[in-house]
Amino acid sequence: MGLKVDQLRICYRTLRGDVTAVDDVTFDIADGEIMGLAGESGCGKSTLGNSLIRMDVRMRQLGGRVELDGAELPISDARAMRDYRFKVVSIIPQYAMSALNPTRRVGKMVSELLRSRGFDYKSALPEFERRVKLVGLDADILKRYPIELSGGMKQRVVMIVSTLLNPSLLIADEITSALDVSTQRAVGEMLLEFRDRNFVKTTMVITHDLSILAQVADTILIMYAGKLAEKARTDVVIGSPLHPYTQLLISSLPEVGVRHDEHTLVGIPGRPPPLLNPPSGCRFRDRCPFAFDRCAADPPFVEVQPGHSVACWLHADGVSPAGGAEQC
Amino acid sequence: MTVLGTDEATADRGAPVAGAGAGAPKRRRFEFLYFALRNKKLIIGLSVVLLFVLFAIFGPLFVQHPLTAYGPPRHTPSGTYYFGTDYFGLDVFTQFVYGLRESLFVGLIGGCGATVIGMTLGFISGYKGGLIDEGLNVLCNVELTIPGLVLLILIAGFLHHTSPLIEGLLIACTTWTWSMRAIRAQTFSLVSRDFVGLARLSGEKSRSIIVREIAPNMSSYLFLVFILLFGGSILVAASFDFLGLGPAGGMSLGIMMMNAADWSALPLHTWWWFVPPGAAITCVVGGLYLANVGLDEVFNPKLREL
Amino acid sequence: MLTLDNVTKVYKTGTFGGESLPAVRGASFEIRPGEVTSLIGESGSGKSTLGKMILRLTPVTSGTISFEGTDVAGLKGKRLREYYRHVQGVFQDPFSSYNPVFRADRVFATIKRSYFPSVSNSEWHGRVEASLESVGLNPVDVLDKFTHQLSGGQLQRILIARALLLEIKILVADEIISMIDASTRVDVLNLLANLKSRGLGVLFITHDLSLGNYISERTIILRRGVVVEMGATQKVFDNPQHDYTKMLLTAVPQLHKKWGAGLAPELEAMGVTSEGEGRPGRYSRSSMHPLAAMHAWKGHRAQVVAAALETAASADRTDTYLRTHEEVPPLVEVEEDHFVVTSAGAE
Ligand SMILES: Nc1ncnc2c1ncn2[C@@H]1O[C@H](COP(=O)(O)OP(=O)(O)O)[C@@H](O)[C@H]1O
Ligand SMILES: Nc1ncnc2c1ncn2[C@@H]1O[C@H](COP(=O)(O)OP(=O)(O)O)[C@@H](O)[C@H]1O
Ligand code: SF4
Ligand SMILES: [Mg+2]
Ligand SMILES: [Mg+2]
Repeated sequence: MGLKVDQLRICYRTLRGDVTAVDDVTFDIADGEIMGLAGESGCGKSTLGNSLIRMDVRMRQLGGRVELDGAELPISDARAMRDYRFKVVSIIPQYAMSALNPTRRVGKMVSELLRSRGFDYKSALPEFERRVKLVGLDADILKRYPIELSGGMKQRVVMIVSTLLNPSLLIADEITSALDVSTQRAVGEMLLEFRDRNFVKTTMVITHDLSILAQVADTILIMYAGKLAEKARTDVVIGSPLHPYTQLLISSLPEVGVRHDEHTLVGIPGRPPPLLNPPSGCRFRDRCPFAFDRCAADPPFVEVQPGHSVACWLHADGVSPAGGAEQC
Repeated sequence: MTVLGTDEATADRGAPVAGAGAGAPKRRRFEFLYFALRNKKLIIGLSVVLLFVLFAIFGPLFVQHPLTAYGPPRHTPSGTYYFGTDYFGLDVFTQFVYGLRESLFVGLIGGCGATVIGMTLGFISGYKGGLIDEGLNVLCNVELTIPGLVLLILIAGFLHHTSPLIEGLLIACTTWTWSMRAIRAQTFSLVSRDFVGLARLSGEKSRSIIVREIAPNMSSYLFLVFILLFGGSILVAASFDFLGLGPAGGMSLGIMMMNAADWSALPLHTWWWFVPPGAAITCVVGGLYLANVGLDEVFNPKLREL
Repeated sequence: MLTLDNVTKVYKTGTFGGESLPAVRGASFEIRPGEVTSLIGESGSGKSTLGKMILRLTPVTSGTISFEGTDVAGLKGKRLREYYRHVQGVFQDPFSSYNPVFRADRVFATIKRSYFPSVSNSEWHGRVEASLESVGLNPVDVLDKFTHQLSGGQLQRILIARALLLEIKILVADEIISMIDASTRVDVLNLLANLKSRGLGVLFITHDLSLGNYISERTIILRRGVVVEMGATQKVFDNPQHDYTKMLLTAVPQLHKKWGAGLAPELEAMGVTSEGEGRPGRYSRSSMHPLAAMHAWKGHRAQVVAAALETAASADRTDTYLRTHEEVPPLVEVEEDHFVVTSAGAE
């Protein structure tokens, strides 16, 4: 079952025109799987995550469909989505931690949230407290104000609150980005723990930090300029990536033990193309060291090995550049 | 939530550079002028204000009846009495011309004075922080607890002859407090930004940091403060005049309004008595406000692109 | 070159400075020319405070910071300006480092006004372009642009170019890459590393150990305002002495090594192996009874989680611990150029 996203296209309406931030995206996440979504900032990760739960007024679904546990998720219907939000699909938005109202006690916040969704705070309390202890916090956290909590504590509170009703899908957007390494680790382990305890069925972890995904994700999906670039098991993406973008991203990460004087890493020159009127053909073309004439056409996202899909002409043998490639 | 606000910044960064560079002239010095001349709000707002200023300057040339010449009472506007006459038969047009002159003058002195005092103290307080800040805060609180009008009356009692200039300065001395607080708060939040630190690392002195880095960031805000103080001064001057503490024998838009209210201009349908001064105050303050919105667009490079 | 001797900073907070908060306690180290020194610690450990004290943006409470033999605390006016000719900084948030109402290249004009008023405009323009090129930027791309039209990486490099226009000897880089994309991060890092060859001393402030290890010669680990370990980077990383350093090292997310991987040698001895790299933390039996393997795996997970929680909990305590004024224990040399605080590991 799990989550199935099929040819999803999402755009933003702006004064200057439509910005297609999620363009023809197809993937699925199995039950019990943690999928990581990575890419440079501005490539549409948050847009994809948000579109699965709460489209804002400027967002439009241009096409495609989303299926969760075998039933269609009515993502463009804000009213219908209200029944899913928080109960079935839950999101920890980017900067959620800093969006907590600093002058409202944690307990009050949780009770209001639950009430607004038609749930009883009293009966949910024991479970909440159990989970608070599970992530290594004191139960008296309910009586404290967010302003008194450290970043890591706030992030864990946000995680518990958003998974309290055991949602089917959890979208975690940049939840480790503003944290120290030690708290990053705690939050990462929490994701694994919540999965293992079945608090959430499928998880989508959005981050620009591949090394976090290497720790927690089962599969990794790489996005570039609104399109999919590569998807495979974590060890495959980290160990033997096929898409030039993935390769360059990974080779630009300094790891403990790598030193500048022994092994100088290089970044990826240039910037992602604008999503308002993006260039035709492969969007990575002007930054890609392997670009060749075929790249003037849009590369299809094809499965090159079981569970490993890539959108690059270097790995699209047998697919004609004219398109018509079968979707995986 | 904050999500969208922050992403918008990314949106702008990601987009190709269209607006700003395209048609703009190369010379930066003229850049503000370039955008200023193309901003409708600014042009309209300033035109309105300019119209009244010109009227105040050249109005006396068109005055036909001296201030104290009595004519037919409550005469409707006509060719001889452009704006009609009041309850006593005095020419409203004449009152309006001299009233506008004085009100604009007092407003200018009061607005400028209060803005300058508020800015100086607000900048120092917000920038220096610490004990200086706390000291100035105490001063500000003391000022706030004494009602401004009472202070004015006391001072006016000491000074036997008040001129519009002194009146303006007195008003400035009693209305700067809230502008100082506002400016202080803004300065405080700007000082913690890294560009202030960087300016210090460039060897800039405190004064030049305030003038060259912090003030430009709040320029439209400062202008707004000035507009509010300007409008406020005109109104305070009106009540001041009404209490008989204004410059002797003077005329102001405030006095006109007060007189009109006192001699039941409204129930007697003598609308020409209070409409001109009321409209003038509204137009001047409104025009300045519109100009301020326009200036904001000119100064803020992000707004400029839309 | 730049030496800190027993530097302490106590922030006064509350009305009329009623409360005091020690942010840095008894820090002594030096920044040498031609070296990158990384200052590593978690948020709130006082890294930025140290950087700001070196840059004279906030005064020291006690102790001395001296540059080429002179105490920098007393510098004023012209002499302070001369100090800034040699000591410069770049900060964490590229977008707050620029005045949003002006163009990004105004930072160069400001430098010119203060330091090179007599240089002709055309010569200055040439210098700016050369400096931009030396940090890997194309002048056409970045000159005449507003901040929101440039990327974080470009903005940070412009600030480095700005510093290079002066005759700088020390550069304080406070988390300068934490807000820019991974793909351009290493270019800025490489740039910092290359400054060494110009004889610059760089203080590289970060909370990410892998970045510190990548470019620095020397490493200083700061915890709750106290230097707990410092020395040659290789020695600190290969042979960490203080528990805190060890904890930081195990918590760093790495591409090819799982967080929990090192925690269960006894499990591996029992024959439990990791089941394919793809599923972190999932173990399958090899020669053991399935139930025993299951048990072992669960025990291992529990251990992993407990360890993670412990590290997080110690971070949670940071703020309250900072407020104590306890005596700072002295550093001892455990091997050549490798110091650790005496009560190693003790709370
Ligand atoms: N509210 C919006 N209006 C218009 N464009 C937007 C908006 N939010 C995001 N975008 C654009 O959509 C693209 C994807 O943004 P986002 O999903 O936030 O990327 P990521 O999370 O990967 O950094 C960006 O290029 C951005 O310019
Ligand atoms: N201006 C200030 N006033 C009061 N306390 C401060 C100030 N700046 C920092 N602090 C406190 O000092 C401690 C160290 O802060 P900082 O040097 O910014 O740490 P880091 O850069 O390592 O995150 C923190 O507890 C912080 O709250
Ligand atoms: S399709 Fe061409 S340009 Fe795109 S990533 Fe592959 S080789 Fe590079
Ligand atoms: Mg995002
Ligand atoms: Mg800091």
